[in-house]
Formats: sequence, structure tokens, C-alpha cells
Amino acid sequence: AALNGGLRSQVSAALKEGRVAPTELCQRCLALIKNTKFLNAYITVAEETALKQAEESEERYKRGQPLGILDGIPIAVKDNFNTAGIETTCASNMLKGYISPYNATVVQKLLDQGAVLLGKTNLDEFAMGSGSTDGVFGPVRNPWSYSKQYKEKSVPKSHSEDEESNWVVTGGSSGGSAAAVSSFTCFAALGSDTGGSTRNPAAHCGVVGLKPTYGLISRHGLIPLVNSMDVPGILTRSVDDAAVLLGSLAGHDPKDSTTIQDDFKPFELPNLTDVSKLSIGIPKEYHAPGLSGEILALWSKAADLFRNAGAKVVEVSLPHTPYSIVCYHVLCTAEVASNMARFDGLEYGHRSDMKDSTESMYAATRREGFNDVVRGRILSGNYFLLKQNYEKYFVKAQKVRRLIANDFVKVFRSGVDILLTPTTLSDAAPYTEFIQEDNRTRSAQDDILTQAANMAGLPAINVPAALSERGLPVGLQFIGRSFQEKQLLTVAKWFEKQVQFPVIQLEEVKRHDSDVFQHQKSASFS
Amino acid sequence: LAPWVPVVGLEIHAQISSNSKLFSGSQVQFAAPPNSLVSFFDASLPGTLPVLNRRCVEAAVMTGLALNCSINKKSLFDRKHYFYADLPAGYQITQQRVPIAVNGSLSYSLCIDNKMSQMVTKTVRIKQIQLEQDSGKSLHDDTRSQTLVDLNRAGVGLMEVVMEPDMCCGEEAAAAVRELQLILQTLGSSQAVMAEGQLRVDANVSVHHPGEPYGVRTEVKNINSIRFLAKAIDYEIQRQIEELENGGTILNETRAFDSKLGCTVPMRDKEGKQDYRFMPEPNLPPLILYDAKSLPANMNHQQVINIDWIHERLPDLPSVKRKKLVEQYGILPEHSFTLLNEDGLAEFFENVVKETQMKPKKVIGWILKDLLSYLKQHSLTVNESPVSSFLLADLLNLLEKKAISSTAAKQVLAELWKGEGKTPLEIVKEQKLELLQDQKELEQICQAVIDGHKNEVIMMVLG
Repeated sequence: AALNGGLRSQVSAALKEGRVAPTELCQRCLALIKNTKFLNAYITVAEETALKQAEESEERYKRGQPLGILDGIPIAVKDNFNTAGIETTCASNMLKGYISPYNATVVQKLLDQGAVLLGKTNLDEFAMGSGSTDGVFGPVRNPWSYSKQYKEKSVPKSHSEDEESNWVVTGGSSGGSAAAVSSFTCFAALGSDTGGSTRNPAAHCGVVGLKPTYGLISRHGLIPLVNSMDVPGILTRSVDDAAVLLGSLAGHDPKDSTTIQDDFKPFELPNLTDVSKLSIGIPKEYHAPGLSGEILALWSKAADLFRNAGAKVVEVSLPHTPYSIVCYHVLCTAEVASNMARFDGLEYGHRSDMKDSTESMYAATRREGFNDVVRGRILSGNYFLLKQNYEKYFVKAQKVRRLIANDFVKVFRSGVDILLTPTTLSDAAPYTEFIQEDNRTRSAQDDILTQAANMAGLPAINVPAALSERGLPVGLQFIGRSFQEKQLLTVAKWFEKQVQFPVIQLEEVKRHDSDVFQHQKSASFS
Repeated sequence: LAPWVPVVGLEIHAQISSNSKLFSGSQVQFAAPPNSLVSFFDASLPGTLPVLNRRCVEAAVMTGLALNCSINKKSLFDRKHYFYADLPAGYQITQQRVPIAVNGSLSYSLCIDNKMSQMVTKTVRIKQIQLEQDSGKSLHDDTRSQTLVDLNRAGVGLMEVVMEPDMCCGEEAAAAVRELQLILQTLGSSQAVMAEGQLRVDANVSVHHPGEPYGVRTEVKNINSIRFLAKAIDYEIQRQIEELENGGTILNETRAFDSKLGCTVPMRDKEGKQDYRFMPEPNLPPLILYDAKSLPANMNHQQVINIDWIHERLPDLPSVKRKKLVEQYGILPEHSFTLLNEDGLAEFFENVVKETQMKPKKVIGWILKDLLSYLKQHSLTVNESPVSSFLLADLLNLLEKKAISSTAAKQVLAELWKGEGKTPLEIVKEQKLELLQDQKELEQICQAVIDGHKNEVIMMVLG
């Protein structure tokens, strides 16, 4: 079997031909999850229901009636998506033990196509953060921390030091999903992306992270952070697989009034060989302060790759990029303050024992339920929404947002097809180093390269490009035109083929599936 | 003493008559078991999103057109934030920046000095109509120190109609609200029954001296009927005048009307000077409405609202109906008001006219004096009348044919009212109320009387 094979070309074929059974796949993944528990990628593992789903899938394959490519495929879902009957916590005390009565549309779609839901993955509380370190269930560990590639490169600082203190973060906030995909415990995972929360951990964990165009995939059932920027994100081990997931999720949802009405046609990605008609834009402002020399060099190398293959590579300018951090901060906190207002302990979720009055119950519930990060953003957001501040901050930020979006419009109108940028400023930081700075500082730093795409609603994808000097993944980002996912993914796939990013060498995975390493050579991801 | 000019404006919330709520599919129904009509969205479950109800938009457009408003082809939704047990999301979705309709007017009529014969027409400007969510209900159980929350009403569609401060007293406000109520009921956009909370009125009241700027205004809430509306406003006007004449000041506060005491009292300051932190509702794109000119050719008819199409299908408004009644039947304008004021009465009247030879001008007297007073006495609606339009028409025909006198007719009506199923003719025969038509018989009776009272006759002949 091919645990690391492409969904469309290998896994689906194996299932159809009976070379592997859905229950087998499911059990393997569940066992691997158990053996990689130290990663803390999963908050809830839905073992019973997953096995049941796998059995049902198996029946369908036996009858020769699989529902599609995703039938029997184990997937994981970030714990801010509603899953009926399975706890949805958002990694917060506020929703610990909360069992939603309904499935998010994207979850329902996956289930309707026979996917096997393994469990809910860990994140920063309410998706606020760029490290997946600030949830109540503890931080997620980057699987690459335990990879041969990383261990070979890391020099122990002292004799007593061991792996434990050296592990690196996944990035965030969809770190659990990225780690799950990266460590082979599932074939694909759903994340969310508001300022980079799918692409950032994808880059740090060496997986493909796709942020679709705003309005393409339904947000119904995704617990919102910033309604005007959130999108469900897709994490996979190959660009082809991302296209498969996209095809199964995209399309109008009457339950989400911000999804576009147009019909969506799922596509298979062509094998692009000729890039001479392509125009790649290199936005100079993305040479941001703090960008590591390594990544800068990688970015440059990638540009050369396209140029040497015949594509037109031009420097472009997105002049309002430096303002995006503060603009994002104002708009994000304002929406957070609003979206979190519903958590009062009355209808669901945590309710404080404080009974003196409704107001005191609310206050205590919210203090007990939310962490500092969430409360900080609520306070900021309410400040910006005050009548006397509204024009100065909120309206002003909306105007700046328009300018940022227009930057992209102008560049795409000038003939550029795709933008190529770094995804992160550096490779993943060790946890002990990462937590030296607070969440707000980290987010401000780490989001700089990813958040403009959310402001403008554009599709963007992280493709793993190379390993850093420390043996950790580094990815590059492609940003495309609105609703032109096919073009974006086609280019991304071409790039993926050129760079041949190495497979993670994990003991646990190796022990579990010797097949993985048998197929290692042919892991030119579909 | 310098005269005072009272100024009254109104904020009216009318519950939209629709099967489901403004942004979710749960049912709208009065007096259902608590928390039995609550969707995931209404309960503010995380991850749920609002979906706009088409019928509610149509109701608002109809109402806007009936009130001579400009319908905004693009209107927006906003969030108004405050914490309260009956507001699950911590915010209400409303239209603060750009409402669906603006700049209209409402004409209403008043009797001068309580004389129905002297009616004057007044106009109040409609500032705007906005769509917004209703809140749930909370009941405070002080004995057990708890608050009970029922979310059945949370999310029901409301039209907030804002009337400019063009009114001067309780009577005007009452008449304006009554006319609005009739319009809404005619359109069907709201059943507008105040007793069921489908129409809620808050009054803004202030007083000032002529030529001076407007005074500080108070908001009066908790008014449960049109009658109380007039009382509350008039009380508040008086209270403010007395306060100011005694050297006091008026606070910009919210006051509740206490119907038992007949006065307004300051409300427990539950909100204070609230900053609602308005923010655009990010989950609802701008609401775009079309007219015949702007409607794109390939639009899916199901997905759009055409203002002109709605306009063409508006029913006759009360003012038009009254005019038609006056023109068609030759009744007085004040008669048409009373006919429309009573649910079903105009229809009853027209049905009687259809079935009788009696002139409408005469029929109206029977409807407005006799029938209506019976109904009022017994607290019955027209639909509950034991006397149907057919029965009354029958009776009036007998009168018209001079088969009975009008005094006899009244007797018959009293009998009909008992609802024993007898026809007018049967009652007449029973009680021997027939007018004698036979000349000879009459002469005989007269002769008999004269013969029987010879002395009186001689007295009369002698003068």
C-alpha cells in the first residue's frame, strides 16, 4: 500500500482494487496517532465512529460502489469546526465538553463522500496565534523535531539536554492539522486561515497548505475568528491531493450568504511542462524585516527556477504591505470582540458558578473561559468599536484594507499571473525560544507574509520547498487571482515537482509502515 | 404664562407576519411552549450564520411603499452590541447605517373636539423603516432569584418605523398609530396586534416654548394599547410642563408607563448611556433590490426582489378604501372611518347593501348605530355577530317595503340578536309587528276607534 501516495493516483486505486481496505487504513492511522501522541496534534480521537465509517466504506467498495476518491480516506479536522456528536473545543475552556448538534458544511461534505473522520486537531485557543502553543490542551510539537533530518543537524547544547527541550513549534494556528498530515496520521486535514493559519504551519511542517479564495468554500459551522477573512484551509502532502479536497468542498452553500453563487467545477490538475507563457511576480515588499538569509536565498532560487524554465519573472510592488499588520490588528480584534460576545455561559459552553447577578455570571464565565490572548483581543476590539474611535480606527482600517486589496488588483491587471513570496520569515523556532515573546508579538511578526492574502480574499498556497540548515522545512507561497485556483494549483504543482521536497524520516512512521520507506524513491508526489 | 409646545415622536416596532424568522428557518408563532421554536442560529450556537428571509424583505418593501417612502436599492445590515439574557449572540442584527426605506409620510385623521362630523387630516413624516431582529423574552423570578429565558421570539423579524416628532399630543399619536396599524393589517406585512406584542410603540416626548429650541426629551416605553399610548403621552407632557414651571429640569431618560397609576415612572437604568459599538454585519452582503429598469435580464427570478412588481400588487390602502366607500355609497367621510376602524365592518356593510334595496345612506345608520352598539355592548367582533349581513339585509328589506315600522324593526333586531335562528319575517309574524297595508282594514279599525270614543271625537270636532 502507499501511505504516502497521492489520493487520486495511488490510494484511491489501491482501495478500489482491494489492495488495501478502508478499515486497515483507518486502523493504521489510529495506531500511528497513538504512537505519536507526544506530538499532541489531536485533542479528540474519534476511534469508534471512525472505525464504523471505515466499515461502511469497506462495504461500499465491496459492492463496487464507492462514493468517490475520498471514500474511506482518513482525515482530521481542526477543532474549530463543528462536528456533530464529537466534542468541539476550539482549545478553550469555554467550550471544553461542548458537543455540537450539527456538522459544519465542509465536514458534512467530507462525510457524505465517505471520508473517515479520525478526530479533531489541536490549535491555538479560538485560532488566535501563530504557534499552536496557546490552547488549553497544551502546545503541538512539530513532527520534524523528531525527524532524522533535524536530529542530525542539531547540536546538543549540553549533555543533559535531550529531545524534550529541543522540539520546535508547528506554527499556527492550525498546527495540529499540519502535524497530523506531516506525521502521516491522516491523508488530509482541514484547517482554517484568517491571517495565515493554514499556510504558516504548513510551511513549518513541510506540507501543502491551501487558502482558497474567500467565498469559495462555506464557512457554515466554522467557529469564526474574523468573519470577513476566515476561510476553511486544506492541508495535504501534495498539491494534487489539495486539488482533490478542494473539488470536494468548494461551491455555493445557501447556509453561508458569503459564498458565491456560481457553479464550481472540480478539476484535475494538468501536468504543466511549458511555463513560458507564465508571468511570475516577485513583490519587493515581501523582503520583510526579519526575513532569514536562508529563505531569501531560497526565494531567489525559486525565481531563477521559473526564469530558467522560460517564465517571465518580474519584480512588482504592493506598496501598502507595511500597513497590513496594524490594519489587520484593528479589523481582527474588532470582529473578535463581536464574535466572542455570544459566549456568556447561558445557552452552551462553560458557565461560572458565580450567581450574584446575570452580569457577574457573564463576567466570571468569560474570565474563566477565555485565555489572556482572547481577552486581550476582545478588549482591543471593543476599544476600536467605541463610537468615538470608530471612524479613526475601524473605518480607517477598512479603507486601508481596500488599498491593500487594490495593490493586488493592479499587479494582476498588469499581466502578472501568480505572485511568488516566502511563507514565513524563518524555519520553525524551538518552543522554548518561541514562548519568549508574547502571542501578540509573535502573531504580528509571523503573519506579515500571509495576512495580505486574507485582506484581499485571494487564494494562496504554501508549497514545501527545501530543508533549512537546521534540517527543518521551509516553504514558499504562491498567491493567485480570485477564484483562479486551477491556475494557482497548476503552477504550484509544477514547482512541487521541480523541488522534490524530501519525505520526513520519522522513527514512529518507519516502525509502523515499512511500506512508506519502500516507496520513498517514488515519492515524487503524484 | 408662556404657552408650551409639546413635541411627540414615535418609534414603532412591528413584528413581521412571516412563517419563519428574519435570519433563520425556525417558526414564528405566538404563545408556543417556551424554547420550542429555537434554531441553532437563534440560540447563537457558534459557527451558525444568518440567512436573510425573502418574505421579510418583501414585507418591509410593501410597508415602505405604502408609507410613501423611498426604497433604498442598497441597504446594509449592522450589529448592535449589548449584553442581555434575551440576546443570545450579544448583539442584534439591525440596519443602522442604511435602512431599507426612508423619507415617507403617513396621513391620519382626527375628530376636532370629539365631534365625528369635524375631521381634520394630519401628516406625520416617516424618517425610516429598518429591518431588525426581535429579542427573546426574559422573566425575572425574584422569589427564586432567577431569570427565565424564552428564546421563541429571538430572531423574529421586526420593522422599526420611526415617526418624526411632528405630533403634538396623545390623540395625534394614537390616531397615527391606529392608521399605521390598519395599513399594516391591510398589507398583511404585520398583524399588528398590540396585545400580542406584534406592535410596540415607544414615544419620545418633549416640550418647549414657541420660538425656542426643542426641550430635552424622554422616551416612554411599556405601552400596551393605543388607549394607553394617548394617556401616557398626555401624562408625560403634563409632567414635563409642571416640572419646568416649578423650576426643575427634564432628564434625558427612559420612563415606563404604569397603566394602573396612569403615570410614567423612571425605568431601572439597565442600559445607561450605552455605546452599542455598531459594526457592519460581515456575514450578510449588502441587500440589493431591483426595479423594472435595473433588473438584469438573466437574473433568477427566485433570487431577486423587484420593487415595481411589489408596487403593482399593493392592495388598496385604508385611505383609498375610505374614499371609494364614500364615492360609491354616498356615505359621510367619518362613516368610512368607523367602517374601517372595526375589523370586518366595511365588508359587512357592503354585503348588506348588496342584499337590500335600502339606500346605502340609510343602511349605514343601522350599521353604525344599531349593529355596532350591540357589538360593543357585548364585546363582540363583527365576525362573532349573531346577526349576519343576510339577516340584517332581510330585516331592512321589510322596512324598506314598509312592511314594518322602524320602531318595529328595532324590536326585531333585538330579537335577532338572541341568535335563536329565526328569520326577521318569522319574528314579525310572531310578535304581530306587521304594518297594516290593507286600506279597508285600516278604515275599519279607525272607524272602530272613533265609534268607541264618541265623546272625545265631539270634543275634537268642536275644537
